[in-house]
Amino acid sequence: MSFKRIDLLICCGSGCISAGALKIKERFHEVLAEHNISNEVNMIETGCMGPCDYGPVMVIYPEGIFYKKVTVEDVEEIVTEHFIKGRPVARLMLQEEEKVIAAKKDVPFYQKQIKVALENCGYIDPESMDEYIATGGYEALGMVLTGMSPQDVINVIKESGLRGRGGGGFPTHIKWQMVHDNKSGEKYVICNGDEGDPGAFMDRSLLEGDPHRVLEGMMIAAYAMGATNGFFYIRAEYPLAIARIKLAISQAKELGLMGENIFDSGFSFDAEVRTGAGAFVCGEEMALIHSIEGQRGNPTPKPPYPAVQGLWGKPTVVNNVETFGNIPTIIRKGAKWFSEMGTEKSKGTKVFALTGDIRNTGLVEVPMGITLRELIFDVGGGMIGDGKFKAVQLGGPSGGCLTVDHLDVGVDYESLKERGAMMGSGGVIVMNDEKCMVNVAKFFMDFCVEESCGKCSPCRIGLKQMLEILERITSGRGREGDIEELQRLGESISKLSLCGLGQTAPNPVLSTIRYFREEYETHIRDKSCQNKVCLDLMHFNIDKDRCIGCSLCARKCPVTCITGSREDKYIIHQLECIKCGNCFDVCPVKAIDKIPGIHPDTAAHLQAMEKVTQKYDD
Amino acid sequence: MASVTQDSSRLYDKLAEVIEEKKDLRNPLIEILRIAQEIFGYLPVEVQEFVAEKMGIPASKIYGVVTFYNFFSMKPRGKYTLNVCTGTACFVKGAPRLIQMIAEELGVQMGETTEDGRFTMSAVRCVGACSLAPVFVIGEDTFGRIDNKDKVKEILARYE
Repeated sequence: MSFKRIDLLICCGSGCISAGALKIKERFHEVLAEHNISNEVNMIETGCMGPCDYGPVMVIYPEGIFYKKVTVEDVEEIVTEHFIKGRPVARLMLQEEEKVIAAKKDVPFYQKQIKVALENCGYIDPESMDEYIATGGYEALGMVLTGMSPQDVINVIKESGLRGRGGGGFPTHIKWQMVHDNKSGEKYVICNGDEGDPGAFMDRSLLEGDPHRVLEGMMIAAYAMGATNGFFYIRAEYPLAIARIKLAISQAKELGLMGENIFDSGFSFDAEVRTGAGAFVCGEEMALIHSIEGQRGNPTPKPPYPAVQGLWGKPTVVNNVETFGNIPTIIRKGAKWFSEMGTEKSKGTKVFALTGDIRNTGLVEVPMGITLRELIFDVGGGMIGDGKFKAVQLGGPSGGCLTVDHLDVGVDYESLKERGAMMGSGGVIVMNDEKCMVNVAKFFMDFCVEESCGKCSPCRIGLKQMLEILERITSGRGREGDIEELQRLGESISKLSLCGLGQTAPNPVLSTIRYFREEYETHIRDKSCQNKVCLDLMHFNIDKDRCIGCSLCARKCPVTCITGSREDKYIIHQLECIKCGNCFDVCPVKAIDKIPGIHPDTAAHLQAMEKVTQKYDD
Repeated sequence: MASVTQDSSRLYDKLAEVIEEKKDLRNPLIEILRIAQEIFGYLPVEVQEFVAEKMGIPASKIYGVVTFYNFFSMKPRGKYTLNVCTGTACFVKGAPRLIQMIAEELGVQMGETTEDGRFTMSAVRCVGACSLAPVFVIGEDTFGRIDNKDKVKEILARYE
């Protein structure tokens, strides 16, 4: 028998894998073998530890040392210095204002976090059922099956105040109760893992990092409402999540925790995995159900709600991955423990994916009600580089942008909604003052136009109309009244659309108009993008005083619109310029500036063109 | 389907086997189409008609499903699919510029395949590597923090 004196936890979340974690793992295998200490080190591939920006990261126990940005070349040093000589490698540790932070528990990123759904994520091997059980896994299922009635379970969830983590925030127990009360002999439970929000990877990380927890949560839900069959609906873009949940199901079956008559309780349960095929609208529960049925994922009117007539016409509960992830802990630690966290109406914690112009991008779990300031500046570490905080986008294509005035708003379902954003599934995108909000609104509108299923016209035609107006504004053809038209369209689309996608799609535009109206106005009136993002409303210019006449820009220009000589210096011929930015990037002395507004030459040309067309029209 | 060559008839046989195996599952259409796409690389009308006949489903319904989901393609794809992430994090960190650089390098626009059949460029919404934004993916390899054309060139050269 080997004695393992060191636990080496290598984060294999998607961020760290992209940064090369698997190569590092291989290298560890080699180096440990070379030094003949393979049997002393317990190497574990864990799910996402959270601080993706530091990736690849690892934690080494018993000391709990946290290493960041490890490369293949560092492995030798870690093994010889740390593992063999017992001297942790200080240069790989986090340094905060000249202080070296050795232990994971002292890393500022983790300070304000409370992990409930992510309790084991980054701590255990997601492919080992034993490790999950060792951390208290399946204890909740045992408690429920051997000592609680289905109604008891629903009551606990009701007392806990848990609300759906997919975005809407619908109280979980109400759905469960409805299906529980239904007398149908055939009921279904579905786990919604169709995480389509761009910029969000919470569900993915949980499915990859702690699949058994989600499965246990689903089984408890199934018991509470009398369902015997479950479906995991997971995006095709998440192959690892699909593989891990499939593995968890087969492990649970092997151990008898799933299948017929579990724990002699008379409760039987089976689950299968269905993969999505790339349609954002399938995150909507009716659309998702139709997709499992092998149809186009079109939403259908509610009522009837899925709890009455869902999958194959039978009562069905659809819950988000994170919602299920909370269930086992609530059962184990009690409703009171859970409801002590959070605010009056939003209980517990919420997982967020922090991204954008922020120092600590990554996966975090914080108590509800935390202020945006704490989330962005304490947990997130503040802005990266010199940029100032400008806006934060919450809730993806259905959400909205909030500003510096909202930093002290608590993050809960109601507060965010009141201000035009929404909790959504948990994507948080922080933007600095170089971003153009009109362009951001256009991005989300473009997304929704593409993802609209086309079933109902307010969404199909109305969103397209909104996008065209936004395109007009960002290309310099904006007209007086466009802002009002966008608002009018947005409000009617919200009211008239059938499903959540259409109802919420205008939010990014409406919220940016609400808080950044002057940016829309400069785009329309001054034909200028102050942040130099909208290419038609900015131009490049070479500063003659700084130009050294090296000709590099002229050589790199794909349309040869830069001419000059060493003596005369170089100029850009504005009419031919396609604004690719190559010259800006290659200039060795940074003599090229981005300038807001249309260049006078271009403006004169456009005006002349307009006259011609007008004549033609007349 | 009179003109099927020896090669493609083998592919159809394989598909027929898959359909036979999955037929009795509850609503396996999307699963079957996924595997069909794996076998043929894409889903031309002929393949859709074949599935329709074997499963006893109207071809119109299959066409409806194929055109609904982004995952399915009715056009042949290149040897490698280069997916540029256009999630929000990548967008704010410069995905449009990255797309422009790749387009210039490959000489194709979004959704098109290079003439030599090496790459198809397409867009995906978030690959969950937001910390590395902007990102693109070829097969299972992710490339992040791509901020200049030389990096793009160097990476593309690795794929023969």
